[in-house]
This record gives sequence, structure tokens and C-alpha cells, in this order.
Amino acid sequence: MAHIQVPEGVPGIRSLVMFRPETGKHLYELAQVLLRGESLLSEAERELIAAYVSSRNECMFCMSSHAAASRCLYGDERNIVDDVLNNVDHSRISNKLKALLHIAGKVQIRGKEVTEEDIAKARKEGAHDREIHDTVLIAATFSMFNRYVDGLASWTPTDPAAYEEMGKRMAKGYVMPTEVRMTESPEVGK
Amino acid sequence: MPHINLPDLPGIRGPMAFSPETAKPLNELAEILLRDDNSTLSRGERELIGTYVSSLNDCFFCQNVHGALAGHYLECDINAIDAVKKDYQSANISNKLKSLLSIAASVQKGGKNVTAYQIEKARSEGATDKEIHDTVLIAAAFCMYNRYVDGLATWAPQDRQFYVNRAPQRAEEGYIDFDLYK
Repeated sequence: MAHIQVPEGVPGIRSLVMFRPETGKHLYELAQVLLRGESLLSEAERELIAAYVSSRNECMFCMSSHAAASRCLYGDERNIVDDVLNNVDHSRISNKLKALLHIAGKVQIRGKEVTEEDIAKARKEGAHDREIHDTVLIAATFSMFNRYVDGLASWTPTDPAAYEEMGKRMAKGYVMPTEVRMTESPEVGK
Repeated sequence: MPHINLPDLPGIRGPMAFSPETAKPLNELAEILLRDDNSTLSRGERELIGTYVSSLNDCFFCQNVHGALAGHYLECDINAIDAVKKDYQSANISNKLKSLLSIAASVQKGGKNVTAYQIEKARSEGATDKEIHDTVLIAAAFCMYNRYVDGLATWAPQDRQFYVNRAPQRAEEGYIDFDLYK
């Protein structure tokens, strides 16, 4: 049960932003701009960074939902997501993305962990300032979302099918849940 | 020197000027969390939570900006703010705020560290669900801001009095209507 009185049967961050839409709308806008806005990184890659950081923070809800969104966006290459979550170094992604995930992993620990060598490595693999910026901010943002979701003990569904549905919806973009959408939403029935 | 080529501004202002599209929701979130009048936590109390989390994350820029703001609102000097960072249990603050700072400290370590006991304790000191929610989100948000500032190795003025001197102006302008370059 969540630590505070949030709408019942609504999972994760959705229940929290319905409890407090005044802050929720800015959190959704941030997710939309960061993960769906203009970037040199693909939407699938950005969702993968989000899932990777959430996995390191052991946030089951964010990890499962953003991994599902990333799989959906990768399409035929969807297996990349689980490969990366199992072992970044052995996965089939580009060296540039590996270097960026390495930076994201450092940010997850603490900002100061990111070294000049980490940045130089990413640059050598072709990463631009913009991609390094976006990687750091995605990792920082998920260090917030993960703590928000787990710090209030929001409901984490355990059925993988629930996340697959979420992933499809998230792939289209981040829209604040409303009371009306809540009753229509497939995952609400439990 | 910052890790990437940013406009020459201190702390979070560099990356915000570099990326205005993301700066907008980041600032709007800070405005509602820390300054909105529709809150039963005072601005000083909320800035103090942000300051405490920033000190736990060892983020020099954030703990000085927000520590100076907390001092401004709470009408105390920077030594009193430092005392809270060092040992809030012995500080001259309410038991409710102490229980909320305890929750914020757990959030800083990781969301799952918050216990039902801590929540009960905060409730018994009079904290509402909204206050508990906002405490958790302020703590979580500073875990983001701190990582953004330090993860890009931004620079920060080292003279702590600089932040104290600027606090009244920063308190007045808030987090939305201000010029990044001033």
C-alpha cells in the first residue's frame, strides 16, 4: 500500500500525479521533452537510458515500463533492451551508446562520479555535447522519478502484460492521466 | 571546467541556458514545489529540505543557493543553516520538520529506504499526506538537480557570502520570471 492516500488501482507515478497534478504536469512535460523532444539520440535509445538507470536504482515500476516503451520503439530490434539490461558490455549496441550508458551509470551513483575520461571516451565514439547533456539529464531525471515512485511506495504491478500495454501507450508520448482516462485505462481494473 | 561547452554561467544556469526546452519544466517544478503559496510548509522549510538533500549529495552550488534562500526566509544566518545540515535532530526546528527531514534523507539514499515507521512518525507530529508527498518529491527533485549540476561539472562561485548576498533578489524573482544571465 502506498504511504499516502493516492487513487486505488492506479500504478506507479500515475497515481502520484493524480494525487498532485500541480507538480505532476511539470513532471510529465519534462519526460515528454527529454524522451520525445528533438534530440540526436533516438527515442528508443533515450528510453533505454531511462530503463538502465531505473534498473540500477532497483525501481521495478520505472524499469519495467520504460523497458517496455523502449522495446516498442526498437520494433524488430527489441531484444536489444534485455541484452543491455543483462549486460551492457556484451550487448550489440554501438560503442557510442555504451559510453553514454556508462556516463548514465556514473550519474546514477552521484554527479561527481562522472570523470573527464568518461566524457573523452564518449567523444571519441562520436558523442556530441548535446547527447552528453541529454544523457546526464535523463539519468538525473530518473534518479528523481525512481525515488518519487518508491519513496511513496506507489503500486507496482507484477504482471508483465500490464507493462507491455503501458509501453505501447508511452511510446506515443507522455500525457497526464485524468479521472476520465483512469476509468477507461486497461491497467486500472487490476 | 564543465564537461561540455556551456554558456559561461554558474551552476545550473549553464546547462539551463544550453537547453532552454528542458529548463522550462525544471524551473516550473521548482517554482511550484518551493515557492507556491498553496502549501502548508513555509518557503523556508521547503528550501531547507532542498538544502539538506543537496548537502547529503555534496553539491556545493545547490546547497549554497538554497541554503542562503532558506536563511533568508527563516531569518537566520548561514551558520544556523549549517547546523541543520550537520545535525538537524539537535537544531531549533519543529518536530514535524525533523520527521520530514528524516524522510528526505531516506529518499536521498533511495526511495525504498523510506519506512512505514518514518511516515507514521511524521503523521504523529502533524504532517499531512500532501506535506509528506511534497517532502518526498522535493528530496527526489534535488537528487536530480544535484546530479545535473555536478554530472556536467559546472562551476560555482566559492565565496559563500556571494550566495547570501544574492538570496533576497533570488527570493523575490523566483524560479520562472528571471534572467539566466543576471
